[in-house]
Amino acid sequence: MQTFFSIAVDAFAYGMVLFVISIGLSVTMGLMRVVNLAHGAFAMIGGYIASYAAHDLGLGYAAAVLLAVFGTVIISVPIERLLYRRIYGAPELTQVLMTIGITFCIIGIANYVFGPTLKTIPLPATLQGSADLGFRSIAVHRLFAIVCGLAVAGALWYAIEKTAFGVKLRASVDNASMAAALGVRTEIIYAVSFAVAVGLAAFGGVLGAELLPVEPYYALRYMVTFLVVVSVGGAGSIPGALLACLVLGGIDTTGRYLMPEFGEFFFYLAVIAIICVFPRGLAGRAR
Amino acid sequence: MKRVIIAALAAIIMGSAAYADTIKIGVVGPFSGPFALQGKNFKAGIDAYMAMNGATVGDDTIEVIYRDLPAPDPAQSKALAQELVVKEKVQYLAGFYFTPDAMAVTPILKQANVPLVIMNAATSAIVTKSPLVVRTSFTTWQTSTPIAKVAHDAGVGKVISVVSDYGPGIDAENAFKAGFEKEGGAVVDAIRIPLSTNDFSPIMQRIKDSGAQGVFAFLPSGPTTLGFVKAYNENGLKEAGIKFFAPGDLTQESDLPALGEAALGIQTTFHYAVSHDSPENKAFVEAASKAIGNPAELSFPSVGAFDGMNVIYKMIEATGGEQDAQKAVDAVKGLSWVSPRGPVSIDPESRHITQNIYLREVTKADDGSYYNKEIQTFEKQGDPGLAAAK
Repeated sequence: MQTFFSIAVDAFAYGMVLFVISIGLSVTMGLMRVVNLAHGAFAMIGGYIASYAAHDLGLGYAAAVLLAVFGTVIISVPIERLLYRRIYGAPELTQVLMTIGITFCIIGIANYVFGPTLKTIPLPATLQGSADLGFRSIAVHRLFAIVCGLAVAGALWYAIEKTAFGVKLRASVDNASMAAALGVRTEIIYAVSFAVAVGLAAFGGVLGAELLPVEPYYALRYMVTFLVVVSVGGAGSIPGALLACLVLGGIDTTGRYLMPEFGEFFFYLAVIAIICVFPRGLAGRAR
Repeated sequence: MKRVIIAALAAIIMGSAAYADTIKIGVVGPFSGPFALQGKNFKAGIDAYMAMNGATVGDDTIEVIYRDLPAPDPAQSKALAQELVVKEKVQYLAGFYFTPDAMAVTPILKQANVPLVIMNAATSAIVTKSPLVVRTSFTTWQTSTPIAKVAHDAGVGKVISVVSDYGPGIDAENAFKAGFEKEGGAVVDAIRIPLSTNDFSPIMQRIKDSGAQGVFAFLPSGPTTLGFVKAYNENGLKEAGIKFFAPGDLTQESDLPALGEAALGIQTTFHYAVSHDSPENKAFVEAASKAIGNPAELSFPSVGAFDGMNVIYKMIEATGGEQDAQKAVDAVKGLSWVSPRGPVSIDPESRHITQNIYLREVTKADDGSYYNKEIQTFEKQGDPGLAAAK
């Protein structure tokens, strides 16, 4: 029984970290229909900015996180205007080629500017150390990640389902020309959603840095995991992504605990099984 | 046909070498991509050697030609080596960070009449693949065996081993098990985890549940090491008194700024620490730091490259610049010198380097940086892996 709780706690924490990083990708792929392979690169930029702000500028953790999110969004604005705008609605292959190219450029620049060594983001004293749960201890920053993940999930769900902006966004995604004819400024809607997705990527990059350390190859190293989460959850669905993260986190953690020699066998077996039964993901909508 | 062409070209090279006054050395390593840091260290070691000893041997000028091999890729490795031999007419091949890449090159050495000086690749068996291979780095067996004695001496009787599931990890697991059981200890469980593991909490829980008094770990340096060491602290293993033992790959100097506080007190055994206290090392670190640009990036592959260059210089001296691979290799058998890492020699039989292995502890320096402090020396260690393979 204790083993079961142990695994459950680890799975929940890992799943929420995955969720925070992957949800931005779910937004771009599901709502904006852009296969954004540069998502990991934006998460990495966030991590680098936070690390630079904390180490070299001496800012606190909260300030470093804010600077990382807004800094990454500002960097992404010209990229969106000059590059992404050309591939909205383009075939998937074009999008893949464009975004993987952007990723390689960002990797090269990061390697040149920051060097190939690992970068850390120092945690404030309150997030360091571990908390006692009675039957085992867990790192405090993981609890923090769980709280952040739940907050992000709630806020996004509210924004997309309940606000006027969410209505316009869904309208633009479903039929851009009709939405435009009805007076929705689709360009602005797209730009804002892109900025939000990038901001979430950066936030996830900083929050997940304890688990996925920041280095130039971050941008590609974890991209497969992010894509798996989005495709299992169903692109664009917040509850779907949440569910996918918890299920995959659970399977991955259980496999790792009980049968590590099987490697990621069970993880990918589960992915294959889920995709066979739900080809559009757990909560995917038919197009 | 290909063989004929290579043979013909090799003949031409042999014929022309006597007149050439530039001797070329082809170095293959990861100079870009995720392992670029290791390639940079190769280059720093080579540059440092040439800065300290000059770019000429006798009348001959030495020219180093670099070829980039970003990730393990045996076919590409062989192609690069052939290109270096045939087109660039190199007299020596050197470098090689990964074992499969070095293995792929051994079959062409004899025909090309070129010795191979391995500056990193650490699997014992490589030296048996061709009599023209000399290694100046280390083997995982060589660095992992002494830590078993350290663990036993620390009063630890039961250890759980956790390694990444790939060649060097399995080498480390076997080396530690052999060494530890010889000392009379018991390895209660051996866990192999996938290379792509990000979350180590479940592993830590398993270590705790196993009832072991210590954990032996081997993971490739970089993000996985950082995650592992952090998880070790955060899951309360350190407080629970479970001791941490590993070969020095885990605490290599370029990772220490990131590991920082989390690595404090971890004991590892390895052949080289940048902090090694000797006049030879001081001179080396100064020259290599200049070559690499950022001194914080300097770590163990640089010293393998530095000593590799020393061996090649001795080979060139012995052959007078003529291309004669066998004579060159024979000349360095039994060669001993004082390297930045301490006294070393080339074992005449295995052609692998015999060296001191040091027990080090991650310590905080007065200026707040972290370094590997050497606290014990295991003198003149050969490669136990080769004996175990027989």
